[in-house]
Order: sequence, then structure tokens, then C-alpha cells
Amino acid sequence: MSNEREKIIGAYPDPSGHFGKFGGRYVGETLITALSELEEAWNQARHDTDFMEEFGTMLRNYAARPTPLYYAQRLSEQLGGAHIYLKREDCAHTGAHKINNVVGQGLLAKYMGKTKVIAETGAGQHGVATATIAARFGMECKVFMGAEDIRRQAPNVQRMKLLGTEVIPVTSGTSTLKDAMSEALRYWVAEVRDTFYVIGTVSGPHPYPAMVRDLQRVIGDEARVQIQEQLGRLPEMLIACVGGGSNAMGLFYPFLDDSCAMVGVEAAGHGLHTPQHAASICGGSPGALHGAMTYLLQNDDGQIHEAWSISAGLDYPGVGPEHALLHELKRVRYEGITDNEAIDAFKMLCRYEGIIPALESSHALAFAIKEAQTRTRDDALLVCLSGRGDKDLEHIMRYLAETHKG
Amino acid sequence: MNRIDKTFADLKAQNKTALIGFLTAGDPDFDTSLEVLKAACESGVDIIELGIPFSDPTSDGPVIQAASERALQGGMSLGRSFELAEKLRSVTQTPIVLFSYYNLLFKYGLQRAAEKLEASGIDGVLVVDLPPEEAHDLQAVLKDKNIHIIRLAAPTTTPERLRMLTAGAGGFLYLITRTGVTGTGGLDYAQVEEEAAATRKVCTLPLCLGFGISTAADTARLAPMADGLVVGSALIRIVAESTDSKTLPAQISAKVKELRSGMDSTTKPEYAVTQS
Repeated sequence: MSNEREKIIGAYPDPSGHFGKFGGRYVGETLITALSELEEAWNQARHDTDFMEEFGTMLRNYAARPTPLYYAQRLSEQLGGAHIYLKREDCAHTGAHKINNVVGQGLLAKYMGKTKVIAETGAGQHGVATATIAARFGMECKVFMGAEDIRRQAPNVQRMKLLGTEVIPVTSGTSTLKDAMSEALRYWVAEVRDTFYVIGTVSGPHPYPAMVRDLQRVIGDEARVQIQEQLGRLPEMLIACVGGGSNAMGLFYPFLDDSCAMVGVEAAGHGLHTPQHAASICGGSPGALHGAMTYLLQNDDGQIHEAWSISAGLDYPGVGPEHALLHELKRVRYEGITDNEAIDAFKMLCRYEGIIPALESSHALAFAIKEAQTRTRDDALLVCLSGRGDKDLEHIMRYLAETHKG
Repeated sequence: MNRIDKTFADLKAQNKTALIGFLTAGDPDFDTSLEVLKAACESGVDIIELGIPFSDPTSDGPVIQAASERALQGGMSLGRSFELAEKLRSVTQTPIVLFSYYNLLFKYGLQRAAEKLEASGIDGVLVVDLPPEEAHDLQAVLKDKNIHIIRLAAPTTTPERLRMLTAGAGGFLYLITRTGVTGTGGLDYAQVEEEAAATRKVCTLPLCLGFGISTAADTARLAPMADGLVVGSALIRIVAESTDSKTLPAQISAKVKELRSGMDSTTKPEYAVTQS
């Protein structure tokens, strides 16, 4: 199969930062020079032995990599179908894959001589990761967070403050992640000369989508070796949740020229037939937002919709432009999982494997649980368990109490 | 001749600087917005920049963000903005520049948007988040139309890039007077003068300055440096604070006259108004 298909690895983005008709650089003129500088610095760094060695050492000794690939035997036996393997990003420092990206961008900021970093955050995971790396490198850090999210995610706000970061409440628009990203962009426009903007996912203007993918591909590179050691071959299918889509791009990328099927799982919230979801590919249309052409949740006038998901980390009305391309190339299939399905999967992993997954990751798990039951024991599914669920406990308990599903 | 070009030619003959007024379409509602626009044109605004409200205005400060929210709540859209422009055009020959974020035009359909721009009597289009590298499709649909693509330049724009920016542009060059979003004040006149002079060396289009200009003192100080000055948030703040839509047009007129008096109080040096 891989011989018949055009190679994808290394083919995108093109030199102008486009993934087919997606991606690019849809930003005001003030940021263009900064983005060009960043692109140049990144191109230099990724071919620089010192930088890559320091990055590798930081990933090993600070971020706790490689993370394990774990065969979920009890869960698989209970389902009676395909074997489920979990790439345990929940075991990484700060409890999610987000650390891989910020170690890389923090190091790049240091190489570029920037002393201040900013970031946007929704659930607070990327904010905590950026605050962590700012503390480690001794940089001044500001994190923009929707006022509504600050209320919902109090423990992560406390963590950021403890790490020495200033959390800036954003009250414009809907006071959530998309508005935090808009505000971070506004701040960056004003302070662009000495500030490095650490974007948390594979979105934003070029070079961010490609850079974050390259920093996250360690997930897939490790998993590709680990699954062959444990299984003696590649799995039939890879599954990962997609909000902006950085854990999915990280897992998928090294496998894109292989024959494995791939499924990106979007948050279907209350259902794709309702307005309350966050499924930009399954339920949106192409458009330009926050620097990139991609799939967006929007109305017929081109105004952006508020996204909805029980998982704050998937609650964004856009998606990384490379996912938009992989969707159109039909290389990756995108599916929706509802709040209820994700909660059921969350509970099942807790009970059968003693692992408390993040609500984001529970979307990928829910799809894997459905898929496994349609397959035989000859097949293997590799799921990215992108983060741990401790941060979600209070939220889930409240949800279960309200819906009497406890 | 495009109305924008004619305006700069006429002002050059009078040795005057253009006052460009930015107002958000449909703020706070369609009818009031039309009256405000008319009042601005009648009292001394030479070019109207008609801002199309967007849900996620990443280049705008709090004043224009709030204006966008008011307009959207009032049911404004790109389609309704074309109607507004058409109504304004029926009573004035003041040039109109559509000021938009790209997603609105893209979602509307570029071909359809180009036809509407022409039919509504719009003379230029400025897409704030569409650098020349991404503008091929928009250029293609506007190729045979008498509509300029207006470009922005920033203090961070390099001279090489400035040459590239102005090569494909028309109408005028909008030089952002400082890094940051719209309407947050804090102008450093000396620095603006330096940047304007540097830009002039490269750019042959009429040069207009914008972002942070809000008082007669600003316009008096900056008018000699440029061919035009853009004022947005200072006008929109009056719309925001208005409690009576009947007296609002007169309040806008008073502010326009104040800004105008500042500009017209100063004489322009030789180098200004390079060409029409």
C-alpha cells in the first residue's frame, strides 16, 4: 500500500508554509518579520547538533522520556476484539504530551536570546507546561487564559502561579481558549521584539504547525520502535484525539508512509447534529483564523462559533492545518466521540487498567473501544493516551452527579 | 479614475493631508451607522474606512473589539455591510475602503465579494490578516475591477519587504505607527517621523499613518509627515459612549472638525504628498 501512495513525510509544508491549500501565514504585517525570524531560527536549530543534543537530554532527564508503550491486556480481554496498546504520554512530566513541545520551544527561545515567553491556554495544560519550562530556563512568563476557563480550571491556575507565571484573564469574546489565543496574538504584536510566543498545538501561522509537529513526533518515533519490539510488526490502526491536534500529529507523522489506518477523534460534545460540539473537521468548513487556513466552526457569514466539549483541551473552534490536509488526502479518518462516550471510556480505563486518563485522551479511547469490538484478536490498535486525568476529577464528578451516571 | 487616487490628487493640489475615518459597519445598528458615516463625510473626512465586524478581531484593541460585538449583536454581516456602503455611496462621492479580516471575504466567496464590492461603489479593500504572500486569489478576482488593494506596513517591516509590499499595492500605503493593536495610544512622534521618512524613501504611494491617533494635537503634529492620517478608535469611542442616536451624528461631526482643524493648522513640507 505504501508503494502505491505518494510519500507524505517530508513533503509538507511547502517552502511557503502551506499544507496543500491549508496553513500559510494569515497575520497582520507587524508579525511577519517575527515569524520569518522564528522560521529561520528553527531551521537552524533543528540541524544544529548542540541544540538537538540538549533537546534530547532535556526530554530524557527532565520530561521523563521515552514514555512506555503499554499493552492494555485486561481491557482488551474484556472487549474480546483487537488488542489495545497505549502510548503513555500521561507518564511524561506535567502529565501530558504538552511538555515535549514546550521543552523544544523554550530551548529555541533561549537560543534566540529571548527572555520573555507568552502562551495561551484553555484547560491550563499548555499554560502549566509553558510555566514549567519558563521556570526551568529562568524566563519571564505570561499566560493568557479566558476568564471562564480560569473559573473552571482553578488548580491549574494555582500551579502556574506557583511556577512564577503571571496568569492574565481574558474577558473579550466568549472568554475561552479562542479569545485567549486572540489576546496572546495582540500582546505579541505589541511586544514582538523581545517576546517569544509559545503556541501549544499544531496550529497558528507558519512555522508553528510544522515546528510543533516536529517537536511532538517523538511520540510516534518512540511508539514505532516500541510496538515492533512488543508486537513484531506495526499495528493495524493508530488512534488519537484531535483538538488542535498536536498529540495526534506527533503520533501519526512517523507512520504516514506506512500502511496503518489512522483515526483522529474530534469532540462531538452533545452530538454532531447539535451546535454543541468542537469537531472542526467533522462539523465545520474551511476558513482562516489565528494565522492559518484550516477547518473552522463558523456560521454562513464567516463568524466563528464557540466550541463545546466536556473536555476543555478539545474546546477550540479550529484544527491544525496539517490535519485539514490529511483529511482531504483521505490519509487520516476523522470521527466524532460525544461527551457521554468519552466519560464511559474514562470510567472503563480506570476500572480495568488502574489508569486515570485525561478527558481529551478518553475520546481516543472511546473510539478504540468501539473499534476493537468490530475486529478480531489478530488486530492491534495503538492509542495515544495523551494525558492523565487528575486535572479532570472534579469536573467529571460534578458531571456524573448531574447526569446520575455515577 | 479611482476615487482614492482622485482624492489624493485633489488634496495635493490644495497642499492638504487626507483625514481617513475608520468606523465599524453597523455600529451600533444599521440605520445609526449610516447616519454616522454620512456625518463623517460631510464634516471633513476625506476617505472612509468601513470596518466589517468579525467575531475574532485579533488586530484590534478593546474599542474596536467592542464596536464589532455591538454591530454583530445588531445583526451586521459582510452582506449587510455591502448594503450599507451602497446606501452611503448614493449620497456621497467620498472614497470607501472596506477594512476586513480575510475569513469574512473567503466564506462569502471571493468572486461574489468582488462583484459586490464593485456594485456597492467601494474603491479599495484592506484585509488586515492577508499579507501579499496569501493574496493571490483576492488579487485575481479584483484584477479587472477599479478597486485598489490597500496594504499595511509596520514598524517591524524591513526595507526589502516594504518594496515588495508596495509593488502590488494601490491607493495608499497604511503605515502602522507603532507595534500593537488599534487604538491604544502612546504615540512617540519622533519615532513615527523617523519611520515615516524611512518608508517614504522606498514607497511611491501616498503614505498614511494610523494606530493611536486620537486628538487635534496628534493630527497637528503628524500631518506634515504624511499624505493621510487614519483615526478610528477616537471616533468609535464616541459611538460607544453615546446615549442618544439622534445627537450622535452631530457629535461625530464635532470630533471630525476638531481633528481636521489640527491637521489644517500646519503647513506641509516639500517632501510630503509625493505623488497622487
